[in-house]
Amino acid sequence: MLKNMLKATVFATTLALATGAVSMPAFAEVVFNRGNSADPESLDPHKTSTVYEAHILRDLFFGLVMQDQGANLIPGAAESWTVSDDGKVYTFKLRQGATWSDGSPVTAEDFVYSFRRLEDPATGAEYASMLYPIVNAEEVNTGKAKLEDMGVKAVDASTLEVTLKAPTPYFLEMLTHQAAYPVNKAAIEKLGADWIKPGNLVSNGAFTLAEFVPNDHIKLLKNPKFYDAANVKVDVVNYIPTEDRSTAIKRFEAGELDSNDDIPTEQMADLKTKFGDQLRVGAQLGTYYYAMKWDKEPWTNLQLRKAISMAIDRDFIAEKVWQNSMLPSYTMVPPGIEGYTPIAADYADKTQIDREDEAAKILKELGYGPDKPLKMEIRYNTSENHKNTAVAIQEQLKPLGVEVSLVNTDTKTHYGFLEQKGDYDTARVGWIADYKDPETFLGVARKASGNNYSVYNNPKFEEAMDKAAAAGGKPEERMKDMQEAERIVLEDTGFIPILYYSYKNLVSSKLKGFDENVMDVHPTRFISKVE
Amino acid sequence: MFVYVIRRLLTAIPTLFVIVTMAFFLIRIAPGGPFNQERGLSPEIKANLEAQFGLGDPLWLQYVNYLKNLLHGNFGPSYNLPDFTVTELFAKGLPISIQLGFSALALALFVGGILGIVAALNQNKLGDYSVIALATAGSTIPTFVIAPVIQLLFGLTWKLLPIGGWGDGALINKIGPILTLSLPQIAIVARLMRGSMIESLRSNHIRTARALGLSDWSVVVKHALRGAVLPIVSYAGPAAAALLTGSIIVETIFAIPGVGRYFVDAALNRDYTLVMGTVVVIALFTIAFNLIVDILYAFFDPRVRYD
Repeated sequence: MLKNMLKATVFATTLALATGAVSMPAFAEVVFNRGNSADPESLDPHKTSTVYEAHILRDLFFGLVMQDQGANLIPGAAESWTVSDDGKVYTFKLRQGATWSDGSPVTAEDFVYSFRRLEDPATGAEYASMLYPIVNAEEVNTGKAKLEDMGVKAVDASTLEVTLKAPTPYFLEMLTHQAAYPVNKAAIEKLGADWIKPGNLVSNGAFTLAEFVPNDHIKLLKNPKFYDAANVKVDVVNYIPTEDRSTAIKRFEAGELDSNDDIPTEQMADLKTKFGDQLRVGAQLGTYYYAMKWDKEPWTNLQLRKAISMAIDRDFIAEKVWQNSMLPSYTMVPPGIEGYTPIAADYADKTQIDREDEAAKILKELGYGPDKPLKMEIRYNTSENHKNTAVAIQEQLKPLGVEVSLVNTDTKTHYGFLEQKGDYDTARVGWIADYKDPETFLGVARKASGNNYSVYNNPKFEEAMDKAAAAGGKPEERMKDMQEAERIVLEDTGFIPILYYSYKNLVSSKLKGFDENVMDVHPTRFISKVE
Repeated sequence: MFVYVIRRLLTAIPTLFVIVTMAFFLIRIAPGGPFNQERGLSPEIKANLEAQFGLGDPLWLQYVNYLKNLLHGNFGPSYNLPDFTVTELFAKGLPISIQLGFSALALALFVGGILGIVAALNQNKLGDYSVIALATAGSTIPTFVIAPVIQLLFGLTWKLLPIGGWGDGALINKIGPILTLSLPQIAIVARLMRGSMIESLRSNHIRTARALGLSDWSVVVKHALRGAVLPIVSYAGPAAAALLTGSIIVETIFAIPGVGRYFVDAALNRDYTLVMGTVVVIALFTIAFNLIVDILYAFFDPRVRYD
C-alpha cells in the first residue's frame, strides 16, 4: 500500500513537473531582475543622494507624497493635504490604517522624528538641505537651534503640520526625494546602526528588504501590509548592480536582467539595431556644463567667456562623442518642467559657422592671435566620454588660436579641488534634478551655493532669484522671475551649458509600466511582468 | 623548523606595522576625501559627516585610534558603504574570492604542470611546440579579453553558462571566472614546469636512475618531478596571495561579489578604512604564502634546512 502511494506520488509529481510549463506561470511568483548601475552607499534614506539609490528606496519607503510611473506627484503616506493661504503651513492627513512592515501604525510622530533625524547634525545626512525650507531646519542642521525648534509638529496621530520659512512652491516636489522618507524610530532606537540590515529593516513602502549582498544583489519582497498591495504585481525585485555596462548588456540579452538603467554609450547605434524598442533613450532633467572661473584673469572678461561658449560645437559633441545619448544644450534649465520654458543663450539660433566667426572676431579684438595665444585649462573627472568631450572642445578651439590643456583627475580629486575653489580655468560639472523645478538648476549659480564652481556672483541674478522666491504664492510670476534669472546667468556666461542628460534604459518587452519620464523614475509598484 | 616558523611569524609583526603606517599616511596624501562628489556638500553638512567618522580629529590622533581599533580586530566602518563594517565586507567577499582563486590556482597547477611535463618529455617535437604556442597565447591575451569571449561563447551563443552573477555560489556561475583566472596561470605554470623539468631530466641523479633501469614513470614522477617542482612552488606562493585576494577585472566583468574590486574602488573613493583593510589582508596573505613556500622548499629539497 505504502509502495503504491509512493508510486502515485512520484507519478503525480512527474505529471506536475511535466505540465508545469503550462500551469506554472499562473502560480509562480513574479521576479523582476532589475539592473542598477551601482550598489547604494546605504539603504538609510537619510544617508543617500544618488539616482540609483533612489530607485531602491522608492520601493522600500513611502514618503508623504510620491511619484507615479510618469513622475507625477501623487499622495503617498499622506492621503491629502492643505496649504495655508500664505503658502507657509502645510497640513498633511495621513492614510488611515497605514502600517510599517512590522505592523505598527505609521503616525505623524514618525514623520516628526524622521524630519528631525535628517537635520540632526549627529546623523550626518548628506541631503539635509532637502528640508531646509522648513522653519529652523537649517539652523538645527548647523547646530544653531534645538531639534524641537523645527517647524514640524504632530497635531494628532494622523495629522502632520509643517511650517516653512517662506512660501516654497516646489516643497511638495522636494518631499518626493528619499531624504524626506520616514524611518522607524523604534527600530533605530533598539538596533542602532544595525537597523538597516536585512531582517531588521522596518519600512513602510510597497516592498521590504530580504537580502543585501554587496556587489551581488539586493532582494526585496512585496509587502503584504502595503495599503495598495492588491495592485502590486511584482513579488520579488532583485536589484543587481551592473558596474560593467558591457556585461549588463549581455546579461540583459541572455534574460538574466529584465531591465538596466545604463548602456555603454559607444555601442549606442549597435544596441539600437539589436534591441529596437527595448532601448529607451530620452531627455532627462540634467545639465552637463563647464564652469568658467569667474574671478580669474583673463576669464573675468565677459566677451572672452562668450567667445569660448560660442566656439563650442554642441551638435558635434552630442552626435559624435556621445552618439546622441546626450542632447545639445544652450540653457541652464533643461526642458520638461511643466509651466517653465527655459531661456536659451542669445547665440542659440545662430548657425555654428556664424558663432565661430563671431568668436574669432572677439578674440582678435581682445588682441589674441598667433603671437599672443589664449591658454585655457579644462579639468574633468575620469571618464572616457568626459575626456572625449574635452578633446573635442580642444580641437574646436584650436582654429581660434586657443591653446587648451587638459587635466584629468579621479572624481574625488576633481570635486575636492572644485570645492576648495582651486586655481582652474574651466571644469566639467554635471547636475541632475533632485526635484521638478527650475530652482534646482538655477540655485547652483547662487552666490552662497556650495556647488557654484564658477564663483559666479551677480547681484542682479541674486535679485531675480530672491524675487522669484518672494513670488512663491504666484506660480506664473515666479516662473517669469526664474526666466529672468536664467537669462542673466546665461548672458553672463559663467556656466557654459553643453549638453542635456538623457536616460538610457534597456527595458524588456515583458515589462509593463516602466514608463519613460524626464525624472527617470520607475517605481516597481507600478511595473508588471508578463512571460 | 618549529622555532623557525615562530621566528618568521614574529618578524611579520613589525613588517605589518610598517605597511599599515605607510598605507595610512599615503592614502591621506591623495587629494579630495571620502565625501567629495558630484553634488557638493555644504561645509556644515560635511563637518557633520566628518565628525561622525572621526575625520575631524588631527591626523596623528586618527592614526593612534586606528591602530588601537586594529589591535582589537576592528577595521572600522566603511565610509562609502556605511551599512557595513570593513570586517563585514571582507567576511562576505573574501570567502568568494578565496574559492575562485584557490580553484583557479589548483586547476592551473594541475593542468599547467601536466602540460609542462608533456612538453619537456617531447622536447622540440610537436607536443612541445603546441604547449609553447598555447602558453605564449595564454600569457599574452589579457583577462579583460578572455572574460568577455567566454561570456559571449558559453553564455550567449551556446547558452551553457550564465553571463554573470554569483547565483548564491552555484557551480555553474563559478566556471567562467575560474577559467578566466586560471588560463594565464596555466600558461605560466606550463612554461616554468617545462623549463625546470628539462633541466631536472638532464641532471646526474636522473641519469643514474635511468642507468639503474628504473621505469620511465618512476624516473619522471618520483625523481625528476621532485626537483623540477621547486620553481613552481616559489612562483605559486605570491601567485596564490594575488589570486586568493580577488581580481578586480574578473569580478567586475562576471559581476562576482568578491573583494578584488575593493582594492581599486576603495582607493578611488578615498574609503580610508576599506583601503587599510585591503592593505592588511593582502599583506597577511603575502606573508603567509611566503612562509608556506619556504616550508615547502624544505619538504621538496632535502638540502634546504631551517634551524
